[in-house]
Amino acid sequence: MAFAETSRRDFLRGTGALVVSFTLTPLMTSCARGGAETRTLAPDQVDAFLAIDARGGVTVYSGKVDLGTGVRTALTQIAAEELDVPLDRVTVIEGDTALTPDQGVTSGSLSIEKGGMQIRQAAATARRALVQQAAQRLGVPAGDLVVENGTVRSRSGGQQATYGELLRGRTFSLKIDSEAPLKDPASYTIVGRSVARLDIPAKVTGRFTFMQNVRVPGMLHGRVVRPPAIGAALQSVDAASVKSVPGLVKVVRLGNFLGVVAETEWGAITAARQLRATWSAWAGLPDESRLWQHVRDTAVVKNDVTSDVGNAEQALPRAARRLAATYDFAMHTHGSIGPSCAIAEIKDGTLTCWSASQATHDLRKQLATMLSMPERDVRVIYVEGAGCYGRNGHEDAAADAVLLARAVGRPVRVQWMRADEHGWDPKGPPTLIDLQAGLDEIGLVLAWSSQFFVPQGATGDVELLAVGLANLPGKTGLNPGGILNDTAIPYGFANVRTVAHRLATTPLRPSWIRSPGRLQNTFANESFMDELASAVQADPIAFRLRYLDDPRGAEVLNRLARLASWSGRGSGRRETGDVATGRGVSYVKYELYRTYVGAVATVEVNRKTGVLRATHFAIVHDCGQVINPDGVRNQIEGNVVQTLSRTLKEQVTFDRSRVTSLDWVGYPILTFPEIPTVDIELVDRPTDKPWGAGEPAAAVVPAAIANAVFDAIGVRLRSVPFTPAKVLAAIRAGS
Amino acid sequence: MATAIALDVNGRSVTVTVDDPQMPLLYALRNDLGLHGPSFGCGLAQCGACTVHLDGKAVRSCVTPLAAVGTQKVVTLEGLGTPERPHPVQQAFIDEQAVQCGYCINGMIMQAAAFLATSKDPSEADVKQALAGNLCRCGTHLRIVRAVMRVAGRG
Repeated sequence: MAFAETSRRDFLRGTGALVVSFTLTPLMTSCARGGAETRTLAPDQVDAFLAIDARGGVTVYSGKVDLGTGVRTALTQIAAEELDVPLDRVTVIEGDTALTPDQGVTSGSLSIEKGGMQIRQAAATARRALVQQAAQRLGVPAGDLVVENGTVRSRSGGQQATYGELLRGRTFSLKIDSEAPLKDPASYTIVGRSVARLDIPAKVTGRFTFMQNVRVPGMLHGRVVRPPAIGAALQSVDAASVKSVPGLVKVVRLGNFLGVVAETEWGAITAARQLRATWSAWAGLPDESRLWQHVRDTAVVKNDVTSDVGNAEQALPRAARRLAATYDFAMHTHGSIGPSCAIAEIKDGTLTCWSASQATHDLRKQLATMLSMPERDVRVIYVEGAGCYGRNGHEDAAADAVLLARAVGRPVRVQWMRADEHGWDPKGPPTLIDLQAGLDEIGLVLAWSSQFFVPQGATGDVELLAVGLANLPGKTGLNPGGILNDTAIPYGFANVRTVAHRLATTPLRPSWIRSPGRLQNTFANESFMDELASAVQADPIAFRLRYLDDPRGAEVLNRLARLASWSGRGSGRRETGDVATGRGVSYVKYELYRTYVGAVATVEVNRKTGVLRATHFAIVHDCGQVINPDGVRNQIEGNVVQTLSRTLKEQVTFDRSRVTSLDWVGYPILTFPEIPTVDIELVDRPTDKPWGAGEPAAAVVPAAIANAVFDAIGVRLRSVPFTPAKVLAAIRAGS
Repeated sequence: MATAIALDVNGRSVTVTVDDPQMPLLYALRNDLGLHGPSFGCGLAQCGACTVHLDGKAVRSCVTPLAAVGTQKVVTLEGLGTPERPHPVQQAFIDEQAVQCGYCINGMIMQAAAFLATSKDPSEADVKQALAGNLCRCGTHLRIVRAVMRVAGRG
């Protein structure tokens, strides 16, 4: 093994502690400005992920960041467990491009599954190296040594050495060994426990520093002024209209990018409101009332066949009975409670940007491209913001701050207003799905065929608003996220064909929002499964089990039946006056390879008013090894409540020029009096791999509700959101 | 024209100097006094993230002009309790782990504390109604209600 001396480590250790305590000023001035990497960030190196100081303090460097899901606590548990050190000896630094390795975007429920496992393997490699070092130093065979609380000691007692003594401030200089033995889960004392989240005491007492709280010396405040129509061109700006605003520093114009900078935040807000500008007219959006026809008519650039079993095309005409249905799912906004915010400073040719981006390493590249700067001169530092649930406006706010900071030569903080966030964050694209199935004479599913109308593109860098407005380098295509996932189905029908028609355009700039594609696709697939079960008068759980050749999936559904006291369709059906109650089932094997979730929803539908309430959810969840059971439960509860909100209420509205749902009145979300109760059962598999829990439970919610509505009133809801108007229309159409 | 405005914030007398006395209280608390509890969420009194107490009443500081505060006592999340000595509502949020991202939590705690100070023995439905004007996007509602009921149960 090769521990290496390094003078930089001591230097960095100091700054590392400062990062953790969020004292950003010393960090900014003492650490190399800009993007220069001052420690190894190579993802095959133990040092990229871990450092242990002379007192045995462990620092974990994580490219995955805590977006408010509690993952920092879980990563702390994983590292502490594998290294055998107490939790309070571990600190985690997240998403600082100068300090943390690039572990990819924090998305897709992969922070534990991928990011956490890289850290676990680095810790296992480090632990083995430390034990070997101790064996040499103590003259005791490694097999006779044990580790407790960061101290390696001989089993017989007596000789010992702490991690701090063994490393003496050196780095590991060691490749991560994928074969380094992991601890036996049976010996875990930290992983698998509901450790209290580390951030909560500070968050409930006002001591936590969100991105929106960060202030740096000499900082000015900026606001952006967006066009009144998405594609409008800026024709003129009347700078005199804001002359009277106290503390105004500058009106910044770059093409169609317009912003103001002031000494105070209120000055910037006042100037942005007061600034007079003339814009050209633009009305390039489709007619909202004909959105689905517009989607259907959009040019298709290619067809992605996501599964093809047997020959569905030939089998369908042979079916004794055929069913067809079309589903649609509205555009959604992320709706972070804290609008996006960033600070940028350009000094001595280098750019430092503080951002709550879920992808600071990618943002670094985007900002470097935008300014035509070398990447090494750009540093992006993650600071936690409000929950973002995907690619919201943080990256755009960062680019705004960068352009304004460059224009005034001082650090600028840009805080988006509510209308900026609702109006301009990228949206979950509209999703249209046609489903067909054929049943044979005895009611078995002969064929399944589906067609998805979704934008082209995958998960990539969503184009920064400032790039387009100011016509700067960095234009990208559409990046809606991995929306093809779960277009294919988990059921073993003889003939299956699932095709995604990839559309050339989509009305608004798209991106991913929690469970992108998986949510919309599972809504359609699981609703249609219920239609098939109903067509053959089968119990929907038994119907799914018939086609599921997957013991873990079957266990989830069987446990779900017990948890929900399920005993067949209609078992929950009741009617009192105008209100009918029903229950519905939904199931997902996330992306067909990981986390399994089953749900039973209970709903109440008022036939007269169309008001739909979900009163209860039973959820069974198998994400393999659970790092923190309460953390997983918290995520499941959040997925259920947030997705219930999306399913019942949410849709981005627009006219021919712009988004019109610009606040919480125009874009209502679920409120306290509307929340359901939730029963959760976690399938505990401590010896299996951990899978994600941040999204999968979302995917089952819309279909469980739709299917419960059918149980209650015999009407299918196939268009999200299920607003009272749509419920009434469906009732009228059905009767 | 800069105006000096005297405030009583978390038991301390402070003076902030502002260009516009119509500036909402929120900006004085966050920028002039450096407080992190009250958060900017909408600026429209629609979400509750900015909630503070004025003489014990929960108000939306994002639409409360500084000039309207006068001698009313301002209490923020920081003034309610400390990590060492949390207010019972803050402690209940820790006990129930009633936080996801936590950005709205200031409003939840301030609203709930004001509500509990004047409501004896509230039901769960009462608590939900009291929080009906506070928005949470993470879906932490179930835990938040449990936390508030935990404190209500004590009285």
